[in-house]
Amino acid sequence: MIGRDEVLHVARLARLELGEDEIEPMARELSAVLDHVAKIAELDLSGVPPTSHVVEVTGALRADEPRPCLEREVVLSQAPAVSDEGFLVPSPQA
Amino acid sequence: MSDILALTAADAAEEIAMGRLSAEELFAAYRSRALADRDAGEAGLNCFTWVAESTPAPAPARPLAGVPLAVKDLFCTEGVPSQAGSRILEGYLPPYTATVVRSLADAGAPLLAKTNQDEFAMGSSTENSAYGPVRNPWDRGRVPGGSSGGSAAAVAAGLAPWALGTDTGGSIRQPAALCGIVGLKPTYGSVSRYGMIAFASSLDQAGPITRNVRDAALLLAHMVGHDPCDATSIQFPERVTLPHAERLDGIKLGVPAELSQDGIAPGVQRAFASALARAEELGAERHDVALPHAPHALSAYYVLAPAECSSNLARYDGVRYGMRAQDAEDLLSMYTRTRHDGFGPEVKRRVMLGTYALSSGYYDAYYGRAQRVRTKIAEDFRAAFEQVDFILTPTAPTIAFLLGEKTGDPLAMYLNDYCTVPMSLAGVPAISIPCGLSDGLPVGLQIAGPAFSENRLLEAAHALEMAFEFDGAPARV
Amino acid sequence: MSEPSPGAAPVAGGAIVAGVAAERSCEREWEAVIGLEIHVQLATATKMFCSCALSFGEPPNTHTCPVCLGLPGSLPVANARAVHFGLMIGLALGSELAPRSIFHRKNYFYPDLSKGYQISQYDEPLCRGGRLGEVRIHRVHLEEDAAKLIHVGASGRIHGSDASIVDFNRGGTPLAEIVTEPDLRTPEQAGEWLRLLRSTLRALGVSDVNMEEGSLRCDANISLRRACSEQLGVKTELKNMNSFRFIERGIRAEIERQREILQGGGEVVQETLHFDPDSHAITSLRSKEEAHDYRYFPEPDLVPVATDGAMLQAARESMSELPAERVERLHREYGLSAESARMLAFRGELGDYFEAALAAGCEPPPPAQALANWLTGETLARLGEGEDPGDSRVRPAALAELVGLVSAKRVSVGAARQVLDRLVSDGGDAAAIIEAEGLGAIEGGDALEAIVAAAIEANADAAQRVREGNAKAIGPIVGYVMRETKGRADGTEVARLINAALGA
Repeated sequence: MIGRDEVLHVARLARLELGEDEIEPMARELSAVLDHVAKIAELDLSGVPPTSHVVEVTGALRADEPRPCLEREVVLSQAPAVSDEGFLVPSPQA
Repeated sequence: MSDILALTAADAAEEIAMGRLSAEELFAAYRSRALADRDAGEAGLNCFTWVAESTPAPAPARPLAGVPLAVKDLFCTEGVPSQAGSRILEGYLPPYTATVVRSLADAGAPLLAKTNQDEFAMGSSTENSAYGPVRNPWDRGRVPGGSSGGSAAAVAAGLAPWALGTDTGGSIRQPAALCGIVGLKPTYGSVSRYGMIAFASSLDQAGPITRNVRDAALLLAHMVGHDPCDATSIQFPERVTLPHAERLDGIKLGVPAELSQDGIAPGVQRAFASALARAEELGAERHDVALPHAPHALSAYYVLAPAECSSNLARYDGVRYGMRAQDAEDLLSMYTRTRHDGFGPEVKRRVMLGTYALSSGYYDAYYGRAQRVRTKIAEDFRAAFEQVDFILTPTAPTIAFLLGEKTGDPLAMYLNDYCTVPMSLAGVPAISIPCGLSDGLPVGLQIAGPAFSENRLLEAAHALEMAFEFDGAPARV
Repeated sequence: MSEPSPGAAPVAGGAIVAGVAAERSCEREWEAVIGLEIHVQLATATKMFCSCALSFGEPPNTHTCPVCLGLPGSLPVANARAVHFGLMIGLALGSELAPRSIFHRKNYFYPDLSKGYQISQYDEPLCRGGRLGEVRIHRVHLEEDAAKLIHVGASGRIHGSDASIVDFNRGGTPLAEIVTEPDLRTPEQAGEWLRLLRSTLRALGVSDVNMEEGSLRCDANISLRRACSEQLGVKTELKNMNSFRFIERGIRAEIERQREILQGGGEVVQETLHFDPDSHAITSLRSKEEAHDYRYFPEPDLVPVATDGAMLQAARESMSELPAERVERLHREYGLSAESARMLAFRGELGDYFEAALAAGCEPPPPAQALANWLTGETLARLGEGEDPGDSRVRPAALAELVGLVSAKRVSVGAARQVLDRLVSDGGDAAAIIEAEGLGAIEGGDALEAIVAAAIEANADAAQRVREGNAKAIGPIVGYVMRETKGRADGTEVARLINAALGA
């Protein structure tokens, strides 16, 4: 069961605003799913290695050769706010 | 429905190559039907979020001859809106095109339209789209499945000759099943993911959604291949060929009790049973196999996929592209409000779930464990494939359900993936073909094979398809 | 048991007393424990995970692509050369190179982080362990650099400004992160070790390692403990020290800050600190609420790096002799003092010049130490301390010849200095200059003896005092001879002749 404080903490980590009326339903829904997925706790998985990549490939390195970059106007064309050739954002810790 | 629109993609390609059909005419015909659906509003299926503005020049002598392709919206298409079903990417125009879309266009399958989908590929009904739900052409009060619902509905309705979808936990196979058509999830790594707006990186795979098995093979043949832009992509070990088999003599088919009994609707069970009987008539041997960890696959999936998605979706922060909440007083509220306003409820749930599963103190219990369950599931499949050639299950536990029926219960919605998720976790290829009806609605049969067994898988599917003689006409618009 | 001898008890008692005294003193003393975390920008042609060329001050956002911008659908692919450089660093540091290493995602939100996560390495890094000089290495791993955040607004600092502009040119630049064990004990030691690391990396050719340009960055982890304690105290992380001087100052300031807290009975708080090099102020950079939960997990878009024999071989073949080895060899082969050997090894260009000079085969041959002294002393004084003598007009063979002639007393030290001036401004050969300007040493012989006699005569008082035993009075007489000979006589020889003439 995931409580209100935990929901707010996770929402903060995920940079998700939750309205006051959204917190409770979120807690409930997450708890329901977590209760279900908690089934995996039943299994004996001692000695079983984790799988990060389901098909075992290694290597896949890229040659150190430059390729054309995007034109700046293309780069900035989708930006919500631009200033002085850069992406404008509110300052951190402002 | 006009003759040329009744042609399968492979047949249309042949007609064009023979000079008996004009590619431009074909494209224009499909384009006008797509526009008609888009303009029909509530009366239409709502398959499309963008339709080509003009007919492209013909592609002389290319293998796919100019047969138009509908593409799920999460594939980046340069200069064309690519929104992945989300408000947060409304109007987003990528500066590049996904490798697989480019490869197919180069092979002669030009872009017809972008199809509607569950937001960021999260969902099993396409009701999570920010651009409205898609309706099932078999019954417009029902869902087409998801997340590739727009692609599936378009193909089933004859609004596109074929389409691209993506499958993470069943998002090609399940809508194919619910719409009575063919959908294939290839071996993980066979098709480049470069340019596919990511949901869960270690599970996402692009695949064909088509009217029949032969079309799926034809499309797949031009999709597979190593891409230097995707470090997880592999060179497919052989050429993908068009299937011809009509029999299954000597083929061993495995049926796992874990995925064919509990939770499967009776009508689906019956259709599945009769499909198995048909398979045996074609000369196949039916065996029972065990996939002991399959019952835990859904749980593992609903830890792994949300975890990866929570990280993949962190880039939607309003800084460089997409939606940004206005009037945010500081950086923190710019982030939190943008993501609150831009993401739908299901995406928020999964981002929260995934963040939680990766967070300090919980990693081992959730993410770490789920990775280990994944290892066991992959082992289960490898062991099973030592005894049998293919594994058969129903694709989905139910037929198409009503719009709005499961939206109030996320867990109930997740159960739609019950039979398809294990194959995703194991990375093995699986195809869904329609095998019959239940209450007048299509039932899908899932056939899974070992990694890189697509050619043999397509042959087996082809043989069954011929035997089932499934009639998809009721869905055609 | 016999009775203890009378002497034993006081000794024992004294020892006990001394022991207690020692204990109390080590209890009173604080020992600083310092570890360093160094980020090195690798000198590859392209970024760590995409094919954008690295940017050096180009206009903002002109060196980006879908990958380093974090556009939807983009995927990273690791730079082979960056891995190669990483392996070279590991070899140079004597690390264990992992046969298999993986990338992890480090998740956090910041405008300079385009994907909302940094691709780095976590518990399976490229290299583990190792040692450089007196400091053990904990690990070396690869990761990508963040973009640049430019603050606009009145103060230009993070606090108190309204908006920032993000320039993604730097985002994705390959970094090697080198983490040491906390083996350092003083700020000076840290600075010295960092110089050794820098010259090692420079010799490898894997980075420009320029602190002012940002290709070498260093953070310090500092804690204090009682001098006799084995346990580690609470450590703080000190950032924003972008020169060697600032690093030493910053570490010193933080040690002092912690000492004051602990002396006062307080506790040090674990936090990240920012050092202001002008004011020496240390401020907290991140408050406790912002303590990050990075939610590390293996990067699913990248496959493991398998370091095979071919890659190791390639890395080994790219290695030249490293400073630490060169110090050892210079000392051993040429009998150079430790200090000379270090200086010539730490600055590769000096070592190269030195060895080229010796290899020139001049006759008479210059003694190695003398050559080293002339190079690092007189020559650099004329060229500029930081200059590369290889870029000057003084050819190694010319310097070698000059030093050889000095040692053979064919030219005096004073005259040789004049010759060096000439070599610096015009180049050429030492012997030819000496010949042309008549700077050759005046050896003993009639001419010199005559001058000595004249000098004694001209400085009769001084001569008398020398006869009377005042050795220092010889100064003016020597000076007279040196002036007369224009510095060409050897000072020591002149003194000997004068003393002989005076019978002193």
